[in-house]
Amino acid sequence: MEFFRIKKDIPFMRHALALNAISLITFLAAVFFLWQNGLHLSIEFTGGTVMEVTYPQTAPLDSIRSKVEKLGYTDTQIQNFGSSRDIMIRLPLQKDAEGKLISSADQSNAVMQALDPATSGAKLQRVEFVGPQVGQELAIDGLKALIFVIIGIVLYLSFRFEWKFALAGIIANLHDIVIILGFFAFFQWEFSLSVLAAVLAVLGYSVNESVVIFDRIRENFRKYRKMNTREIIDNAITSTISRTVITHGSTEMMVLAMLIFGGPTLFYFALALTIGILFGIYSSVFVAAALAMWLGVTREDLIKGDKKPDDNARNDDPNYGARV
Amino acid sequence: MNRYPLWKYLVIAVALLIGGLYSLPNFYGEAPAVQVSSAKPTIRVDLAIQSRVEKILADANINSTGVFFENAGNVGSIKIRFNNTDIQLQARDLIQQKLNVDQNDPNYTVALNLLSNTPGWLNAINALPMPLGLDLRGGVYFLLQVDMKGAVQKKITSLATDIRSQLRDKNIRHQGIDRNQESLSINFGSNDEAESARTLLNTSQPDLVWLVKTSGGTVKLFGEFKPKALQDVQDSAVKQNIITLNKRVNELAVKEPVIQKQGTERIVVQLPGVQDTARAKDIIGRTATLESRLADPVVSSINLGETPPPGMDTFRFGENRLGVFKKSVIFSGDRITDASAGFDQYQRPAVNLSLDAAGARVMQEVTRENIGKPMGMILFEKGKGEVLTIATIQSEFGSKFQITGQPTTESANDLALLLRAGSLAAPMEIIEERTIGPSLGAENIEKGFKSLLIGFAAIAIFMMAYYLLFGTFSVVALAVNLLLLISVLSMLQATLTLPGIAAMALALGMAIDSNVLINERIREELRNGSSPQTAIAVGFDKAWATILDSNVTTLIAGLALLAFGSGPIKGFAVVHCLGILTSMFSAVFFSRGLVNLWYGRNKKVQKLAIGQVWRAQEK
Repeated sequence: MEFFRIKKDIPFMRHALALNAISLITFLAAVFFLWQNGLHLSIEFTGGTVMEVTYPQTAPLDSIRSKVEKLGYTDTQIQNFGSSRDIMIRLPLQKDAEGKLISSADQSNAVMQALDPATSGAKLQRVEFVGPQVGQELAIDGLKALIFVIIGIVLYLSFRFEWKFALAGIIANLHDIVIILGFFAFFQWEFSLSVLAAVLAVLGYSVNESVVIFDRIRENFRKYRKMNTREIIDNAITSTISRTVITHGSTEMMVLAMLIFGGPTLFYFALALTIGILFGIYSSVFVAAALAMWLGVTREDLIKGDKKPDDNARNDDPNYGARV
Repeated sequence: MNRYPLWKYLVIAVALLIGGLYSLPNFYGEAPAVQVSSAKPTIRVDLAIQSRVEKILADANINSTGVFFENAGNVGSIKIRFNNTDIQLQARDLIQQKLNVDQNDPNYTVALNLLSNTPGWLNAINALPMPLGLDLRGGVYFLLQVDMKGAVQKKITSLATDIRSQLRDKNIRHQGIDRNQESLSINFGSNDEAESARTLLNTSQPDLVWLVKTSGGTVKLFGEFKPKALQDVQDSAVKQNIITLNKRVNELAVKEPVIQKQGTERIVVQLPGVQDTARAKDIIGRTATLESRLADPVVSSINLGETPPPGMDTFRFGENRLGVFKKSVIFSGDRITDASAGFDQYQRPAVNLSLDAAGARVMQEVTRENIGKPMGMILFEKGKGEVLTIATIQSEFGSKFQITGQPTTESANDLALLLRAGSLAAPMEIIEERTIGPSLGAENIEKGFKSLLIGFAAIAIFMMAYYLLFGTFSVVALAVNLLLLISVLSMLQATLTLPGIAAMALALGMAIDSNVLINERIREELRNGSSPQTAIAVGFDKAWATILDSNVTTLIAGLALLAFGSGPIKGFAVVHCLGILTSMFSAVFFSRGLVNLWYGRNKKVQKLAIGQVWRAQEK
């Protein structure tokens, strides 16, 4: 079997403008929704209590809502979780008359009492309480992790490549993150710690895609002296596309398995990965290469940088620097 | 060219053997067991109890499949494994009956438990199954914050008392001691007095940095904690709270509780299987109180069952004695500022106690009138008193005194801990809490592994269909990756959580990248007309650079999560990072070994089974 039987290089870069326009529009839409809707942060970041309750039959959402509201909780969220029999109740941090935080056990006990488990058959499955100081810390740590990854990848790319490639790679991959976040803002999916982990993992994963293409471009500059920059990039993308699609396809198979069979806990994690993988291919292949082209990558840029004294011997090898 | 030297095959064989051995315990199930732990702060579970339990079982002809003694955080427990639940129940009842003298007020908690079925020879090489996180088996998780300001304040209060008496001893007059957040200041009338106090305190209170400051006619001597001393105060506050928590949690008879320090001022408590958060919180949050009373001067203790003298209170003393005490309390636990183990002047183990000013005044009065008479310390928990020690008053004393008569340094240590536990430990606050029902836990583990298996199967089918024999090599390498990952995690005893399973799945999904790279590269070499053997060698060599690249970027993200992640994210990050490392071994080193083993011997290989190699030039 061979999926990719491509006789001629596909002229991707002829459509560079269109491909980047799509990218830019998606990016702007993501920024807009992030600004307009904001992220629906999980209690891990905001602090508060989450309860998961399961019913023997379909959960009566409206009556549960009114029961919980009677307890004096405003700003609660009650929704189905996984199936119609499971519900998730989100309570904000609550203070008593003296301004002291009400403990989550008291909160969840009060709610469970109101739900009247004896007659309704409601069963408490899970309680999660995060105090305000922890929530803030987790949010800050999450941001730190994100900054660390960005700096790490910037350093790695600038060490690995000439600056035009590094810049193009970083722009392309950061815009992926914004797009994932934009999806979460648009659909108001819950943004939790595990989604953050997925976002960071996929960032590290898709940067690699740009590295592969850039490597191939560098190799082509050396191999095909008569091609112009556009043809060289087209050839590089064409000859790596088989590997790109197969690897990402394999990873996506695993992610899809989690998305479909992993249950509600893994759902958003897998969803963030799916969006990240799809946009990761798109942006690192089409956007990053096109940006590098527009930044004016030339043969001289690359060949010059490679002439280190100890590399002379290997420079004779026509395949030197070749990577799949 | 495609042959490994022998040592490389040996490395692979050893890795597979170790990987197999250490991942093996995860596949044994769990067997019914009985756990014996102490129900009281004064009772210790040790090896002597173990032999007693073993004898009880042997006398009744009950066969166990293993007896294990564990010492976690200074609290021992014994676990006995049985073949089936019938024997387990029988043994539980028997041990409970024989071990506890008073059935209504048991000294030992005997609880049903589950123990890994791992055979002894695996245990002997320390091959243990991965512990499951709470999200996989249900239970309660608390994150407690220790109030460090409170701990430091307590230390400052006790220092102030000491300093006051030291200055009095040396006849240095001062005009009062002020206590601040993390420092002390002593007011003096003259510079000379302040200076002489400084010389004295520099040697007697080395934990503080002393500085004289003069402003507007008043002379003040400031004492500030040295960073190291402050650190010690905070460390001991956390340590003491952990010990207290250990005792409390033991009482809940939880299977495998985890009580750990997190960061500088936080404590994690994990109680698998506990569902009743309210009760768990009640027990964890409960503070023990300590009372000091005069004992009956005639008979300070009697046997269980004897009638106590009229007008006296009795409390349990050791396993089968009762302490007899007067009703009035000399001082209570909050008067104790410090208790530590040490030695008396004859080098016998002793416990050094310090009291605050109010406690010292009362103590002085009482001891003056009762020299030669016994007094004792009683620890109250859940309204029940437990005698910690009864000792004879040797002389009149005040804020500092010693309790001698401890048989060993260990028991002196224990007593000091208990006395401190009875005094007010630094207060704690619950800042994070998770409760997961057991059915939800079982569901999580099932769903997690189901998606892992389905994903693996999908990748395996695709790889074998697309790359034929080389795809099969890749799949074997991927399976080896999973095996190594599980064994490394088991060796590290990393707790397996749902994010951990997700990371495992993702690690496999990403690891296959390396094999795709290699296979694609070999095909490309064949397409360009290389001979099969050259294609293999060049393919592996050239793919290696890219594999390294791809793993570096993924590792950057993994390390960031490891460094800044907490809770569930940490579990994800650990597996993610380890998965990258094991994949480098399995996808490159191991799969090359397989290929070499298959093709390396035959120099005239005509064709590689790597699927169709399509050439654009052909029709």
